[in-house]
Amino acid sequence: MMEDNSHKILSDKIPFYRDIRFLKVFFQILFVIGIILLTGFLYVNMLNGLSRQGIELGLNFLNSEAGFELSEGIDFEPSETYLKAFWVGIVNTIKISIIGIFCATVIGFFFGIARLSNNWLIRQIASVYVECFRNIPLLLQILFWYALTRVLPVVRESISFFNSIFINNRGVYFAFVERADGFNAWLWYLLSGSILAIFVVLGFAAFRYFFRFRELQQTARPSFISNITFGAKWAAAPIFLIVAIVGWFLTPEQPFAVTRPALQGFNFVGGMSFSPEFSALLIGLAVYTSAFIAEVVRSGIQAVVRGQREAARAVGLKESQVLRLVVIPQAIPIIVPPLTSQYLNLAKNSSLAIFIGFPDLFMVGETMINQTGQSIPVFAMIMVSYLIMSLTTSAFMNWYNRRITRVGK
Amino acid sequence: MENLAFTQEVKPPNTQKGPVKWLKDNLFSTWYNSILTCLGLVILFFVFKSVFTWVFTQANWKVIPANLQILSIGSYPLEQIWRVSSVIYGLAVLLGLSAGIWNGLTRQITVAIGCIGAIILLLPFHISVREHALIANVIIAVCFAIGRDRDNWKRWVVIGWVLSFPWTMIMLHGFGADTVTTTNWGGLLLTLILAAIGILACFPLGVLLALGRRSQLPAIRWVSTIYIETVRGVPLITLLFMGSLLLPIFMPGDFQLDKVIRAMVVLTLFSAAYMAENVRGGLQAIPPGQVEAAQAVGLTYPKTMLFIDLPQALRSVIPAIVGQFIALFKDTSLVSVVGLLDLLGIGRSILGNPDWQGLQPEVYLFIAVIYFIFCYAMSFVSQKVEADLGIGKH
Repeated sequence: MMEDNSHKILSDKIPFYRDIRFLKVFFQILFVIGIILLTGFLYVNMLNGLSRQGIELGLNFLNSEAGFELSEGIDFEPSETYLKAFWVGIVNTIKISIIGIFCATVIGFFFGIARLSNNWLIRQIASVYVECFRNIPLLLQILFWYALTRVLPVVRESISFFNSIFINNRGVYFAFVERADGFNAWLWYLLSGSILAIFVVLGFAAFRYFFRFRELQQTARPSFISNITFGAKWAAAPIFLIVAIVGWFLTPEQPFAVTRPALQGFNFVGGMSFSPEFSALLIGLAVYTSAFIAEVVRSGIQAVVRGQREAARAVGLKESQVLRLVVIPQAIPIIVPPLTSQYLNLAKNSSLAIFIGFPDLFMVGETMINQTGQSIPVFAMIMVSYLIMSLTTSAFMNWYNRRITRVGK
Repeated sequence: MENLAFTQEVKPPNTQKGPVKWLKDNLFSTWYNSILTCLGLVILFFVFKSVFTWVFTQANWKVIPANLQILSIGSYPLEQIWRVSSVIYGLAVLLGLSAGIWNGLTRQITVAIGCIGAIILLLPFHISVREHALIANVIIAVCFAIGRDRDNWKRWVVIGWVLSFPWTMIMLHGFGADTVTTTNWGGLLLTLILAAIGILACFPLGVLLALGRRSQLPAIRWVSTIYIETVRGVPLITLLFMGSLLLPIFMPGDFQLDKVIRAMVVLTLFSAAYMAENVRGGLQAIPPGQVEAAQAVGLTYPKTMLFIDLPQALRSVIPAIVGQFIALFKDTSLVSVVGLLDLLGIGRSILGNPDWQGLQPEVYLFIAVIYFIFCYAMSFVSQKVEADLGIGKH
């Protein structure tokens, strides 16, 4: 009897409403239908809402005249199109992001390492810096720096450093390297240098691959690609540098010249300049993000197991070698992923520019919405631009991370 | 004579203590450390000197006491202010009782909050503000004394905390003729409400999204992933703008959503995506054997998640989660872009008043100190929790 019974239970078909395979598919279909219904509901609402407001969707407006001025960025006339204005905004966002990321990284690494100093005072200063700037909203910091630029002296009474940096209420002016007459001639030297380097590297790699290691077994033989990278490191870089330096001296005119800002009339001319808006945004972004980067760096270095450091010391490495050969190679793979998200945060936070009137991507987009009422397409453009920037940055950093991880392990 | 060789004195190991030794070890151990110390001292001197001269001689602090009321509660009507005070006193009762019943961390948090009250008491604010601070502190102290070692009250206090949230919202909003509409909410009050709701709501949503992203069902996994990555890829400010510009288009004709609620929804949805990634990080760190063991003893999926996976995962990512809460608290400062007057928004509107023009540094510094106190307190508590749970020590 028992046997029969159990046999019966096993052979009984489970009703379909209790079959996990069926339920999985069923719930997914329900979920998808729910999402489709929701989207449809929103879409119908959108059509009604748009007809109520009398807006017709479309991208045609992008080719019409913008009619507003942009205070900063590549040259832009109000008579140019909306598309061009949007492009100016994108370039401004990229510019502030790249400069900001550079500054934040430098300051962040400095304070991160300072937090691990064996000097008590330096350690304390670094922690106070990190805690202060990390715990105050970025917007507040940017507004604060912007308020400070308003109380800077007028142009005639600029604060100057070494006669090459001038700070006044119209911005920061500093000496900068610019292309000079000899630049094109020098470019030819660079081009010939790179061609020469490529030939040398290929020849070198071919030599190593076909002659030098010919005796080795196929498996032990370094691949052609690894020979090229070896050659690029030891032959191409020196050749390129030598050609570049020799070319620098051979060109009749200097390829680059340092231009200093000089007071002409009511303003400074020459060199490079940052507007007050740009400077305030840059300081805010760089300082705020650097506090987070400092923490990332500190915890990354601390995450390298203590025993590693002690073992390195025990085998007699110098303190500098301990850092260079043992700690840093292991810390970098830990640091890179959170560093990437800080970089992405900085790029996204640059949208706070709208609060102080720096024409970045978001502010230009918002102006476009105000003028044309085309909120949905413009929002889509803004979001897609940010998404592309985020995805490219994280793709690049992931690639870099994979590369160094492979070296490290 | 031979004995002398044995009695030759060997110097004891250097066990010198005291300030000189400390200075030598920590500030002047090497020549470059000495240089760094001197450099640091010089920089500190100049920073402190300029800050102190500005704070005590040049700054015009009148703007703060004169606007303290709108900075703290916005345009909340004065005759209804008892609502705010009753909420504060209610929370003070709960806080005091909890500090009495539970030891350790709760007590430290309570002491920290009491200190903030004491500081407010000592600063030259308007007398009514200081009265509130005094009464709240007294309530905390009395309830602490009452609640000491009353373990059987635990359940009621927990229920009290759970109920305190709807109670707060109902009290603040009022009902009937005395309704205080959300347009009147502002200042620190609004900032705290936005942050509290965001924190409370984004947490469960984030956990759900994290589970969704790790789900075996492709439809759910894809939707969660797309949602998380899209939200994380764009700035909060665009989403806030969308909430105020696009939401009305996507909603049925006569449907009007309150501005404050819209901001709350956007903040919650935004933080949930980040929270999901934090939780997912914790879930990934759990060895698969845990889930397999749970399945082997016959736990269903919800039970596995609730009792096996999530407790371990959440515990290991407490620092990241608190970091997200702090970020959310700071992010509430962005709501002024859609016309809400939170703490920073009120500060900016004060500066727009001709009477207080040019006082940006004073106002911003004051607001910065308030934000700093809250954020630092949160990160301090998180460090304590971490230490108590022994995270990172295994």
